[in-house]
Amino acid sequence: MNYEFDFAALAPYWQSFLAGAWVTIQLTVVSVALGLVIGVLCAVARRSGVRSLRMAAGAYIETVRNTPFIVQIFFIFFGLSSIGLRLPILWAAVFALVINVGAYAAEIIRAGMDAIPYGQIEAAEALGLTKFQIYRDVIIMPAIEKVYPSLTSQFVLMMLTTSITSQISAEELTGVANNIQSNTFRSLETYVVVGLLYIGITFLMRGAFWALGQIAFPRRRRLGLL
Amino acid sequence: MGDFSSGHMIYLLNGLMWTVLLSMLAMLLGGIAGFAVMLARISQRRWLRRISLGYVQIVQGTPLLIQMFLMYFGLGVAGIEVPALVAAALAMMIYSSAYLGEIWRGSVLSIDNTQFEAAETLALTRWQSLVDVILPQALRIATPPTVGFTVQLVKNTSLASVVGFLELTRSAQVINNSLFEPFLVFGIAAVLYFAVCYPLSLWSRILERKLNAGRRQA
Repeated sequence: MNYEFDFAALAPYWQSFLAGAWVTIQLTVVSVALGLVIGVLCAVARRSGVRSLRMAAGAYIETVRNTPFIVQIFFIFFGLSSIGLRLPILWAAVFALVINVGAYAAEIIRAGMDAIPYGQIEAAEALGLTKFQIYRDVIIMPAIEKVYPSLTSQFVLMMLTTSITSQISAEELTGVANNIQSNTFRSLETYVVVGLLYIGITFLMRGAFWALGQIAFPRRRRLGLL
Repeated sequence: MGDFSSGHMIYLLNGLMWTVLLSMLAMLLGGIAGFAVMLARISQRRWLRRISLGYVQIVQGTPLLIQMFLMYFGLGVAGIEVPALVAAALAMMIYSSAYLGEIWRGSVLSIDNTQFEAAETLALTRWQSLVDVILPQALRIATPPTVGFTVQLVKNTSLASVVGFLELTRSAQVINNSLFEPFLVFGIAAVLYFAVCYPLSLWSRILERKLNAGRRQA
């Protein structure tokens, strides 16, 4: 093989690459925030005393976790437009991502909740905490604290998954790359650059989650667990 | 325009067959490569540990979609003509080797270090102690997460559709392009994926419960 790599051909597109990376980061931040909310709600529903609520949450979680994201996003995006509901592409992307990551987050958070010793909840009841306070301060926050590393990995995986939204022509990093490679015919170089950008975002994200953990869980910081 | 017919269903089932085949190929190749990654990650040579760590960081830091494109265009550039199945299988091999390598490394490292020391006292070589003492114990711990990863693998073969491999997702796209019944077509595709993945998920959960039987809370 005598292939001449030509990265210089990509130089005029540096702003497009960065714009794509920025869209990827935005997609990730919004989906992580909303996905965490869905995750907590579904984890609570999964442990609820109401049978129908438990089953509904379980069905949602199992359906999402056992089907590929690309099928989910096609189902949502093309499905909605077939009944005349044409969402803007980025909205549809966020919608699909939130539904997807919410189910994974729910399973992780539920595992954290199951690991809370029952005595602690009883102690909180004995102290006269309200049901809401018990959920917030004794069950949910400590549960998230326990599973924080797993949540971080799951959210990094979700950031990588945003690349699939390029298949409904979202203009995030991979979508931008697809356009650039069809303009320059420098496919290999384009995807090498984009791969490096994804690695950069991965490290950025791990750093951000570490910093966030330092702020959100001071007790864990004192114990040196983070 | 037309209706969804049995011909379409057979087309989807044919896609499912290729999905299963690609999954098995990826698991086989990825398993072999993943074993090598695991060995390199726990090696006593520092440079091997460093290189393999870098490899894992790169693979786990980039989307599989990009890895698919790189493999597809990379092979083309190298002048190697391969069917889409081979390109997809090679990309999935690299992808799964990093994840499996890390899962297995974790399992090996969770075995008490005294086991290694005992093996050493018995004058076993490092390879002997690994194969005869550590791995049989690590295997038990590694099975549930490995089965769990198979579910990820089956789902991720859907990305082979972007390099034109006619597996289940691509078949669904082809049918949807002519019928434009996305809820129906992608719904059936989702059910077929579910039928493959859910039993694996359940199996993984049962294996995990068995493993933790001794530590189960009342």
